Amino acid sequence: MDLKLSPFPTLEKQMPIEHGRFEAYVDNGGTVLAVGGPDYCVIAGDTRMSDGGYGIQTRKYTKIFQLTDKCVLATSGMQADTLALQKRLKTMLSHYQKEHGKPMSTPAIAQFLSNTLYYKRFFPYYTFNIVAGIDEKGEGCAWTYDAVGSHERVKYASQGSGNQLVIPLLDNQVAKFNQQIIAGGNVTSQQAVSFVKDAITSAGERDIYTGDYADIVVVDKDGVHWEKFELKLD
Amino acid sequence: MYRNHYDSDITTFSPSGRIHQIEYAMEAVKQGGAAVALKSKKFAILVSLKRSSSDLGSYQKKVFQVDDHVGIAISGLTADARMLCNYMRNECSNYDYVYESKIRIERLVTKVADKHQLHTQGYGGRPYGVGLLVAGYDQLGAHIYQTCPSGNFYNYKSISIGSRSQSAKTYLEKYFEQFEDCSLEQLIVHGLRALRETIPNSDTGLNSKNVAIGIVGENQPFKIIEEENAQPYLNLLENEEPVEMQI
Amino acid sequence: MQQHVSFPVFGQNDYFNYKNPQTLENRMPVVDAKKKTQDPIVTGTSVIAIKYNGGVVMGTDMLCSYGSLARFNSIQRMEKFGSYTIIGAGGELSDFQSLSNTLNDLVTLDHCIDDGSKLSPSEIYNYVARVMYNHRNKGDPLWNSLVVMGYQNGSSFLGKVDLVGTCFKDDIVCTGYGAHIALPLMRKAALDNPNMNLEQAKKLIEDCLRVLFYRDARSSKKIQISVANENGLEISEPIELDTYMWQSGEAAVKSFSQV
Repeated sequence: MDLKLSPFPTLEKQMPIEHGRFEAYVDNGGTVLAVGGPDYCVIAGDTRMSDGGYGIQTRKYTKIFQLTDKCVLATSGMQADTLALQKRLKTMLSHYQKEHGKPMSTPAIAQFLSNTLYYKRFFPYYTFNIVAGIDEKGEGCAWTYDAVGSHERVKYASQGSGNQLVIPLLDNQVAKFNQQIIAGGNVTSQQAVSFVKDAITSAGERDIYTGDYADIVVVDKDGVHWEKFELKLD
Repeated sequence: MYRNHYDSDITTFSPSGRIHQIEYAMEAVKQGGAAVALKSKKFAILVSLKRSSSDLGSYQKKVFQVDDHVGIAISGLTADARMLCNYMRNECSNYDYVYESKIRIERLVTKVADKHQLHTQGYGGRPYGVGLLVAGYDQLGAHIYQTCPSGNFYNYKSISIGSRSQSAKTYLEKYFEQFEDCSLEQLIVHGLRALRETIPNSDTGLNSKNVAIGIVGENQPFKIIEEENAQPYLNLLENEEPVEMQI
Repeated sequence: MQQHVSFPVFGQNDYFNYKNPQTLENRMPVVDAKKKTQDPIVTGTSVIAIKYNGGVVMGTDMLCSYGSLARFNSIQRMEKFGSYTIIGAGGELSDFQSLSNTLNDLVTLDHCIDDGSKLSPSEIYNYVARVMYNHRNKGDPLWNSLVVMGYQNGSSFLGKVDLVGTCFKDDIVCTGYGAHIALPLMRKAALDNPNMNLEQAKKLIEDCLRVLFYRDARSSKKIQISVANENGLEISEPIELDTYMWQSGEAAVKSFSQV
């Protein structure tokens, strides 16, 4: 049998040297997560915006966007697409508000976002979203998406560059997977906030695209409450 | 029904230099329920008289929110007004999308007036049969504008349109110099009093059912006050003192 | 016989593309009906800017390169738009000139409407961001990194927009090589001296441009510094940076051997 040794790149693997070819997508990184409670929802997102490589463009760009008094959108991925998506949703929601005389409900926004993403599936928004807030019954709720609009309603979610670091933590601490003794009782929003802070701090430990500061947002019946939280600047 | 020559076609002038269809459209504005607009330094408000076709029906909407910083009151064909309101909302959200700031009131009014004008020059169309009072607040302050089916628009300190609006104008002309420094509440009471002038004595007068108030100003997004929310202001109207107390 | 081992032996590399001879189709790859910018031709390098106590300062050099050729030595890479805004540009010069035309039309329209209101720096910034993003959506980008700065009604504005529409506001903004070399220096300077005055800020920009001149091969020592503050906008006359004397040939060798 012939051995094929190729310690150096073979001819077909040699790529022509390309100088500054246009790349329409950039990944600006960042981590967002959401945890829904019985009558609240906690959403967190770091505020680092990377340049697609090792560089940090800015340390204070918020990834969380308030859609209504009961709903926020947390997005990681490409900042330019994120902004376009936010602006689009903002416009459509203000139209809805004027025509119907009330803001769109959170589940309706969740479906609407899916439609918006799917509509652009052949040139997708490079965005990874979480819609979170409280629904018509006042219960905390969250939806996660892929870039082309597949979505699922969940109790907790995380997206972005630190997703892999955060999601096992949430599985263990929120869903209580594989735990022998499950502590009873409802988690208060203060407890959820402190847990979410730990989660995003953990992501910041290992993920180079997550850090600087975090927005911690609590959505409850009284509206949307913002808090700034410091992460590592390294 | 009388008929003039040069009546049916909006693209033909009469020998006296008039376009009758446009003038008839302006006439439609005068048939609608009255609407009053007035402003102080920090606020612009709209006060309007709603009508219902019968006791069994609801009252026709007269005041529309266009954006957070601008709203309109209408007189004439409500259906036409809804089209124009939609157009204005679109222009506002387009501007907001591109510049992340609110469109200046004068520019918005210019756009909607241009749309009016376009419909006075095409064959086979008709002018809009509605007049708008536009109240808004932007970086240049509070503004009141009136538009006509002809495509003209006017900037006012205060104005009224619609049926018997002359009586309201008379009231406004008497008091407009005081408006500048009015509080929002005083301004609304002035508006209601002006509007009251347009109601024939035989009628029931102003009540929470037939009044709609639109307010906008500094740190005050456009808001429509009607039904039970209008009652406190109507109560103020009963008690004439606060307005007369003006310096 | 099959080749099993592929070492980079001379003669093995198909330098002259014998194996893939160019047919007419190969030579002229499918060209879209409309030609789009695939890479920049005449380019400017870094733009750096910082907010100081009472305004904003921005600096660029005046070189526009044609690849590695220092082609145009005296191009102003910052421009005023309206009474409150200056935009500095790196990247393709012609794209910036085209954007300038668009923005000047906008400013002229403002003047014509004559209602006393003018576009604010943040409005221009948002407009530019939309223009850049829309172009990238068409696959026809304006190949620039733009820094928008301004001062209106007592508040400073500083933001950046790039060729895919990424945009953000910050107190310190650098593009190109500046983002690697000048940005850390400026962040340090701002940390050490949070209430920088105009002179200090100008000095900082000048120092950073000097460092860039030393390390960025596409930069020059002919620079301009512009300021936006309560006195309005000002773009300086060309300034020749005071740098190390670069002697040529023999003299340089001599001075090295003396070290």
